Amino acid sequence: MSVPAIKVENLGKQYILNHLSKERYTNLRDVIARRAKSIFSSDPKASSSKEEFWALQDISFELEPGARLGIIGRNGAGKSTLLKILSRITEPTNGRVTIEGRVASLLEVGTGFHPELSGRENIYLNGSILGMDKAEIRKKFDEIVAFAEVERFLDTPVKRYSSGMYVRLAFAVAAHLEPEILIVDEVLAVGDAAFQKKCLGKMRDVSGQGRTVIFVSHNMEAVQKLCTTGLLLHKGKLVTLGPIEQVTRKYMEGSDTGTALYDIPVPENKEKEYGFVHRIQVEDEKGNPVPEIPVGANWQIRVLFRLNRVTPSFVAGLGLVSYLDFPIRTSWSQPADTNAGEYEVLFKNDDLMLVSGQYKLVIGLSAEGKTFQYINELVTLSISEISTLTHNERIVNQESGLILNPMNITITPLK
Amino acid sequence: MPSRIIIEHGSKSKSYWKDIWNYRGLLYFLAWRDVLVRYKQTSIGIIWSLLRPLMTIAVMWFIGWLFGSHVPEGVPRILVVCAATLPWSFFSSAFSDASNSLLVNSNLLSKVYFPRLLIPISSVLVCLIDFLISFAILLFLLVVFRFNPGWKICFLPLFLGLAFMIAMGTGLFIAALNVKFRDFRYIVPFIVQFGLYVSPVAFSSDYIFKHKSIPEAVKFIYAMNPMVGVIDGFRWCILGNSMSIYIPGFITSIVISVLSLILGVWYFRKTEKSFADVI
Repeated sequence: MSVPAIKVENLGKQYILNHLSKERYTNLRDVIARRAKSIFSSDPKASSSKEEFWALQDISFELEPGARLGIIGRNGAGKSTLLKILSRITEPTNGRVTIEGRVASLLEVGTGFHPELSGRENIYLNGSILGMDKAEIRKKFDEIVAFAEVERFLDTPVKRYSSGMYVRLAFAVAAHLEPEILIVDEVLAVGDAAFQKKCLGKMRDVSGQGRTVIFVSHNMEAVQKLCTTGLLLHKGKLVTLGPIEQVTRKYMEGSDTGTALYDIPVPENKEKEYGFVHRIQVEDEKGNPVPEIPVGANWQIRVLFRLNRVTPSFVAGLGLVSYLDFPIRTSWSQPADTNAGEYEVLFKNDDLMLVSGQYKLVIGLSAEGKTFQYINELVTLSISEISTLTHNERIVNQESGLILNPMNITITPLK
Repeated sequence: MPSRIIIEHGSKSKSYWKDIWNYRGLLYFLAWRDVLVRYKQTSIGIIWSLLRPLMTIAVMWFIGWLFGSHVPEGVPRILVVCAATLPWSFFSSAFSDASNSLLVNSNLLSKVYFPRLLIPISSVLVCLIDFLISFAILLFLLVVFRFNPGWKICFLPLFLGLAFMIAMGTGLFIAALNVKFRDFRYIVPFIVQFGLYVSPVAFSSDYIFKHKSIPEAVKFIYAMNPMVGVIDGFRWCILGNSMSIYIPGFITSIVISVLSLILGVWYFRKTEKSFADVI
């Protein structure tokens, strides 16, 4: 058995959150003032409240040379911290990492690019920042330019580049590194589909030459295409390590189904009112409770309730409110006189495509136009960044607006 | 056989200085970038490298002339001013650029690994390049005034090295502090301005050292400023016999420069591992 390319043992990273100063950096004045205060106060901890926060805890794994590892997890799971430790930007609090060979990391597209410099100059600058020497860059220069498709603009300052050209050039430089280990953070989110494909291909070639690739992305499709092994992080801890399909499935399902099911406390005056809701479920279109719905997928809300007596003109309603308290949509059932008993109402969404984010659900029951139960600020619908949309992923962000439903668009040549 | 990297908390790299040597290519490119970028989109470009020190020299000459500061017999005032302005400009720009260098390059610090020391070193190097360009002004003046500095000019690199050490040491120290305490960003311009008044740029050290009514203690405090040694040294090298070096002051300068370099490097190494977390 060969020596692992990367060996991570009990890795942990702790940050101290200082609740006193909200600024990102400290002021000398504050430090002096605090020191002065603490001289006079008996309890040294009285003047500042520090909270320890573990961004990563007890991470251990090994990677064989040539492995392609995909690291996945929600925002704040510790993916970036792990990459930063592996690329030696920040130091772990405990644990140890042993790496065999040269590491090149691409945590951001175009790190060190200078807007005033031309494409040619930036290739040299960025290459050397990423760890190439001058001879190496010169040797690969033509290849990089061809890959980035910027031949005509080589002597134009990159500040005049379109964002697509900029990204292409930046990735092209990084793709031509020849390190033993290549670390890539979410950088493919930018750039068009064709170029993304080209990048993934290039990264696969890299690992074909026996190099190890570590890749972080929210794009499950890209991760599945590129990686063989997956590592799922949740709140700084390693959840699963294994074949990529297994790990992505685990991630999609959500690590706990708790947030999909809401048990509603029975109101005190339950006998007086017509009835009450006791359970709400967020489900995928097949009826499985899920905590997060992928962008573009259908979902449904199931509400279980009881009616104590015959309810005239009974209506069940569902409201959808954005996280900034902006009402998006309300739907309600046809008024109908309804007998006492246990019921469920199913609100199926198969037309509205919402952008990823958190939404509040409002559920109301009414009789004869009067609401007798109103559930607000309790149930959340999360639309995750994982996408089922294949074509227009890159436009799916908050700037695209809340609603992503495609219009009926036709382009007709005029004669 | 590829190299093995071990990442651990508090691990001290045994190959710290070797690493920096291995990354010398990046040092070159960082300096190259700063030089290239400096005069982009200016119409006269590199001429600014000459124009800026020329303007400073002109102002210093005018002030010296206005207040009638002492100039030795047979030496043009402009040469006395120039011999002091060039090393002072080098020090002040190198010191302030190095102090701010980490903040200016914060995106690099938080996204890529390389020996952190390279950033302040490269900004001092850029200022050194500026110094060498502006040195042409001095050579030109020497020719115009047919002034022969003699063999002593061979010692010039020694004093330049001393200035380099001072700028590097103080620059590293402030740069590392600046990451955590941005207050230093505002203190640096003040230090530079204050330094100009207590260094013999617009006047001559002879005036202080040879003046009988100035107490010894004041002379000693004056000599504690390491730039006094550097500037006196420059004048001694360039203007020849008409200038003398005050030896105790000169030794103080050397000791303080070495100390500042040691302190700067020590503090920088002590704090550099947390740069990415706090910047």
